[in-house]
Amino acid sequence: MSDVTIKIKDREGEIHEVQAPTDMAMNLMEVCKAYELPVEGTCGGMAMCASCQCYILSDHELPEMGQDEDLMLAEAFYVEDNSRLGCQIPITPELDGLEIELAPES
Amino acid sequence: MIKTDILIIGAGPTGLFTVFEAGLLKLKTHLIDALPQPGGQCSEIYPKKPIYDIPGFPEILAGDLVNNLMEQIKPFEPGFTLGERAETIEKLEDDTFLVTTNKGTKHNAPVVAIAGGLGSFEPRKPPIPNIADFEDKGVAYIIRDPEVYRDKRVVIAGGGDSALDWTIFLADVASEVTLVHRRNEFRGALDSVERVGELTKLGKVNLITEAEVKEIKGEDHVTGVGIKHKTQGDINVDTDYFIPLFGLSPKLGPIANWGLEIEKNAIKVDNSYDYQTNIPGIYAIGDVNTYRGKLKLILSGFHEAAIMCQSAYQRIFPDKKYVMKYTTVGGVEGFDGSKKEAKKEVVKAIV
Repeated sequence: MSDVTIKIKDREGEIHEVQAPTDMAMNLMEVCKAYELPVEGTCGGMAMCASCQCYILSDHELPEMGQDEDLMLAEAFYVEDNSRLGCQIPITPELDGLEIELAPES
Repeated sequence: MIKTDILIIGAGPTGLFTVFEAGLLKLKTHLIDALPQPGGQCSEIYPKKPIYDIPGFPEILAGDLVNNLMEQIKPFEPGFTLGERAETIEKLEDDTFLVTTNKGTKHNAPVVAIAGGLGSFEPRKPPIPNIADFEDKGVAYIIRDPEVYRDKRVVIAGGGDSALDWTIFLADVASEVTLVHRRNEFRGALDSVERVGELTKLGKVNLITEAEVKEIKGEDHVTGVGIKHKTQGDINVDTDYFIPLFGLSPKLGPIANWGLEIEKNAIKVDNSYDYQTNIPGIYAIGDVNTYRGKLKLILSGFHEAAIMCQSAYQRIFPDKKYVMKYTTVGGVEGFDGSKKEAKKEVVKAIV
């Protein structure tokens, strides 16, 4: 099977357990949008708006942060040590069981 | 009062191309946009990024696409109300619409085309608890008139192009400029970063990196800011103005209250026909609309603009019959008197 399960805590604290395919070149921002969670993804996934900022709650090993993402987070609000941009995290089998929380809207 | 045939709300690629399609039908257009320049997201967020799915352009920078569209629509002399947000809409007795902006500019047209993308761009406000109390009392999110800051002390926060550009500009205007950014690295253009570096060495800019403004001080007006530095703890800087420049984010805004049917932050339209909304005479095209199977692509916006203009023509001239002509056949006749047309083939006998 090529789906992974991801737990997404929305801004109201509700937890959504969703299935995401690993073979469709999707990223975490797109998964949130596909499940109609309140993630804008304004820039379309270019790490240029931070509207898909989320906090990583589980201890999964994620792809290293690129410079674009790092500098965008340097300008975003409500940034914590576990902040990432969902659009920069591709869905891979290693993400099975990942738990994230959506950062506040800004 | 500005009068036109089709009032276009939003000057992104879809809104701009609507000018062309309307112009072919001899309809006049006027555009309103909250941003100070045309191009929407393409100009504001990613002008230097390439787009690969514009038909006929294997690769084009978003900023160049906007420039090309401006060139293409020039013969149709569109009007622009820039830097103002369409605030209210009113239907008049003669069945036309009156659209008023947040600055009170009035526009009148029989057809309104909303090409508002994700909404109007509003400045992103940093989450500093008392910041709202100081808006227009020393806190500004947009610099409208730099002369306001002449011989005053200014603190700017942010790490992108606008923070860098205004730091450079105000270094010669303000009595003191402090730039605060969370990192040592900046996201802006390389030459701006270098220029800020030079100005810092010359003592014209006070650069505080790895730090964040956390507090605003003052009673009736800003008198200083409290900065939290990563390693040096709290720093207080006395200032007359605090200008956080953290970019813009789109908000659907007042359009949401115009009585239009909204679904998932987008306007529902009739995609089986002409992209009209539930209010006859108001159309929604491009990323701002939604229907079954909607694709938020620039090319979809272009298509929707062409269809929508045909319907608008019928609304404005119910008794006229219009026959669509190819530009290759009919040419492009501008309102400015210009005419573009295909060259006539020279027929010459061989013998």
